[in-house]
Amino acid sequence: MDDLLREFITETNESLDVVDVELVKFEQEPNNATILDNIFRLVHTIKGTCGFLGLPRLEGIAHAAETLMGKFRDGAPVTQEAVSLILTSIDQIKDILGELEAAEGEEPQGDDSELIGQLENMSAKADAAMAGGGAAEEEAEAAAPAEEAEAPAEADAAEGGELPEQALERPLRPGEVSLDELERAFQETEIEVEVAEPIVDVEEHVEEAEEPAPAPVAAKAEEKPASKAPEKKKAGEGGEKKAAGGGVSNQSIRVAVDTLEHLMTMVSELVLTRNQLLEIVRRHEDSEFKVPLQRLSNVTAELQEGVMATRMQPIGNAWQKLPRIVRDLSQELEKPIELEMIGADTELDRQVLEMIKDPLTHMVRNSADHGLERPDERRAAGKNEKGTITLAAYHEGGHIIIEVRDDGKGIDVDRVKAKILERGLATESEVEKMSDSQIHKFIFAAGFSTAAQVTSVSGRGVGMDVVRNNIELIGGTVDLRSVTGKGSSFIIKIPLTLAIVSTLIVEAGGDRFAIPQLSVVELVRVQTNSEHRIERIKDTPVLRLRNKLLPLVHLSQLLGIYEGEDADNAIDADNGFIVVMQVGSQTFGVVVDGVFHTEEIVVKPMSTMLRNLDMFSGNTILGDGSVIMIIDPNGIAGAMASHASSSVAEAQEEEQEDLQRKSINGQNAISLLLFRAGAPEPKAVPLSLVTRLEEFEVSKIERSNGRDLVQYRGALMPLVYVNDGDCHKADGTQPMLVFSDAGRSMGLVVDEIVDIVEDRLDIEVGSERPGILGSAVVKERATEIIDLGYYLPQAFEDWFMRKEMDIEALTKKVLFVDDSSFFRNMLTPVLKAAGYDVTTCDSAQDAFDLLENGAKFHAVVSDIEMPQINGFEFCESLRRDPRFRNIPILALSSLVTPASIERGRQAGFDDYVAKFDRPGLIAALKDVFSGEMGAAA
Amino acid sequence: MSVLDQKITTGREAASDMIQYVTVVIGGQLFGLPISQVHDVFVPESVTRVPMSAREVAGVLNLRGRIVTAIDMRRRLHLPPLEEGQMMAVGIEYKHESYGLVIDTVGEVLTLPSASAEPNPTNLDRRWAEISGGVHRLDGQLMVILDVDRLLGAMFTEPMAAA
Repeated sequence: MDDLLREFITETNESLDVVDVELVKFEQEPNNATILDNIFRLVHTIKGTCGFLGLPRLEGIAHAAETLMGKFRDGAPVTQEAVSLILTSIDQIKDILGELEAAEGEEPQGDDSELIGQLENMSAKADAAMAGGGAAEEEAEAAAPAEEAEAPAEADAAEGGELPEQALERPLRPGEVSLDELERAFQETEIEVEVAEPIVDVEEHVEEAEEPAPAPVAAKAEEKPASKAPEKKKAGEGGEKKAAGGGVSNQSIRVAVDTLEHLMTMVSELVLTRNQLLEIVRRHEDSEFKVPLQRLSNVTAELQEGVMATRMQPIGNAWQKLPRIVRDLSQELEKPIELEMIGADTELDRQVLEMIKDPLTHMVRNSADHGLERPDERRAAGKNEKGTITLAAYHEGGHIIIEVRDDGKGIDVDRVKAKILERGLATESEVEKMSDSQIHKFIFAAGFSTAAQVTSVSGRGVGMDVVRNNIELIGGTVDLRSVTGKGSSFIIKIPLTLAIVSTLIVEAGGDRFAIPQLSVVELVRVQTNSEHRIERIKDTPVLRLRNKLLPLVHLSQLLGIYEGEDADNAIDADNGFIVVMQVGSQTFGVVVDGVFHTEEIVVKPMSTMLRNLDMFSGNTILGDGSVIMIIDPNGIAGAMASHASSSVAEAQEEEQEDLQRKSINGQNAISLLLFRAGAPEPKAVPLSLVTRLEEFEVSKIERSNGRDLVQYRGALMPLVYVNDGDCHKADGTQPMLVFSDAGRSMGLVVDEIVDIVEDRLDIEVGSERPGILGSAVVKERATEIIDLGYYLPQAFEDWFMRKEMDIEALTKKVLFVDDSSFFRNMLTPVLKAAGYDVTTCDSAQDAFDLLENGAKFHAVVSDIEMPQINGFEFCESLRRDPRFRNIPILALSSLVTPASIERGRQAGFDDYVAKFDRPGLIAALKDVFSGEMGAAA
Repeated sequence: MSVLDQKITTGREAASDMIQYVTVVIGGQLFGLPISQVHDVFVPESVTRVPMSAREVAGVLNLRGRIVTAIDMRRRLHLPPLEEGQMMAVGIEYKHESYGLVIDTVGEVLTLPSASAEPNPTNLDRRWAEISGGVHRLDGQLMVILDVDRLLGAMFTEPMAAA
């Protein structure tokens, strides 16, 4: 394909894009003559060039479309129908161009007579409308400008009414020159190179076309070679460089993207080398290289900037197709939509631009389809019938923010919730706990679509996850804000360029890492006396930053390179740097050992072998020549989430170990909730048993069926008093401890909640009083430990039955295995109160490990229903081991049937106790020990 | 390097059934790498650790402006780390990416007839067998042929499977 044709295709495609946009505008403002002139001029240029290049099909369509537009210009009413038809013609031209390009310059075969016929009909109608409507202008007058406006080649045709043939007619009209001649003309004129010249051709074209010159075709033919020739020469010299025909006012050249890409890579390398040189010179104080290197450095910086600038394009380029899309959607969906575009001249790297084009289009489609309501719904909601989609772009600290906003109905949280459950992406209870914005996030989940029906526009479920992936691929983030009834907005934050990333160089675990600035919100220095302190909730470090609590984790822990003894101590509370990062709506603090400086780095992809590491997005060579890994904020955010859950697991393990260690030492520190109720002396209950602390207005307490109740979370919750005969306060608010298990709640009315303390729970004096397990020293005061087992059945009689238990001072070590923390917490004090030294495990596997490690127990109490290894299997495998063959093992189960008891006996259990039968458990333990003692005796 | 260059040229002239090997020593064992696959021999300096990577990955380093993934061959072969002395590395290319095999020392270049290669002994450690392309009997010692494709290929799948 020759250069001329290639140039023509590129130019025409651009012009057509403009025509698209302008037409949509024109439809809205039919009286704006400037827009119409602009369209007219562009289509005319296309037609003219087609004729010149010998592309009859294109010329035919363009001509017919132009004629119709000529009518508009003459005052014919602009109808939507007519505009649609012109748009269809433009599409047809685009199709033909596409094929033309694919076929290396061969115009494809095909018949456009139908389309042309329609266009003509429309023109005729427009004429009729003008005449019929008694248009201001007279017909004759109307016809004349139309003629004048058109290139003379068609001028006669307009009168003759045999337009199609004329328009479709080919190369050599009187006065035209053949391609061969043109070619020769090119060769001959090649020498007269004048750089400024090429740019004028379009202008000239148009002007010349618009003036009714007697024989401009010939002139055009001559004009053309003259102006095109220098371009050709340049193309020969500079590879792909060509004169831009589209720009009327500014002078520009077309450069192949590859050339720029290559240039960019080379400049990047140059920057790296420069940095290395600077680093070397820095080490030698008075080097004679210093001055020239400084100069080199400056030049390199400027060069880099310059090359970067060549890659920048206004974001409007990515938006160009949107008005047309919105217009079509508006018709298809029968919703009037206005598209507002703000900041179209915001510039960003073309690579980035390319990559957000599709996601943006998709989001606009989504907004039009899902976001905006139907006109009647809008009216009902008191909104303007016409929905608005706003696209806004602006720079913000090295990033570009693009917002796609609609004033529609917002995201229907309930529907998303239903969808989440339907797709099994989260459980009901998880969904319950989520905030609206967390729920909104789910629309980015794969295969998630809330459109009730699959329309041709959207609702196929391959939407937002692809959008998010595309954006994340270029290191961007997408966020969503939605207000029901008001509309939703997607906020995309992307780096200005992909090639060079501004990063913060930090140190962790002795290594340096680069964190992209995009996700760094701020840096916080923590020192002993500074206003920011690292605090801990249990072992979880958090930072109080302004009015938020920020979860913290040390980078070396996340990366698994912490070298110290105890990972928990990785975070030094008195001295540290916290990099506050934001990824999506997740904000967290990454603790690092040191912060060096920020550096612009050129991201190099990771080797394939390392690409599976989510934590890194790439690597690069720093100024000192060493390689540094670039942290992927998305990976960190993911690890942050899983770190939190794994630390919970770890914490549980540690708790286990602690319990074991401490029970051996007789030091079992647990959190106790201290409160007063009925009497001035403090009472305590293990905090882990308390589900919630609540305060209710006294007026909310209702009395029914002889007991006090409150409405709590949609159910009636019975209130229980510590001492019979107590009653709630007369006015104000009533504090209470809420205990929940298996969906049932009970409120224990207390006078005052005193404190939460961590202390060991050693019941020193057993109690015969119902409701009190015994007394223990807590915070150096004798404190009554409440026996929850006494109160629970008062709320629900079937909760479980309680009998007085015997306190027997046996120092027998009992291993208690139960996966439910509720029962562990519930029964441990009971067993302790009965005088046993209790160690708990939350799974059979842990119990095995403990036993394997040589821990000795006098008896094992095991739950039956446990995940992975159940109680039966646990017991069977213990029995197979000669060491544990004779140890008494008790089964504890909520399921007590003759069959299960038999199964338990076969498995080797000594006894089988119902879970709620705590006296039974104590009695059974007593039995096995007395039996054992008897056997030993 | 110059030695290698010279050998490469001579390698071209060698008969097609002769293969030239760059010999390296890892943990006292002689290995041979087909010379056509060896691009560089260099001293691995300032290697940056890559957290969370496979344990065989020694890290990444800058080799004349290229980022090279260094593979610790001792760890790959389940040998104890080198106590002292300068490590060396052999630069190879695999699937258009640069890798450096960190080894103990580089030896000479040997030209051996491909026919004299013997298959792996059946009792060879499985971890060795999977990266060995056969064994050459030399005077006084055996040379194990390092099969680069299998060596690196196996490493691609391993971390994937683990992930």
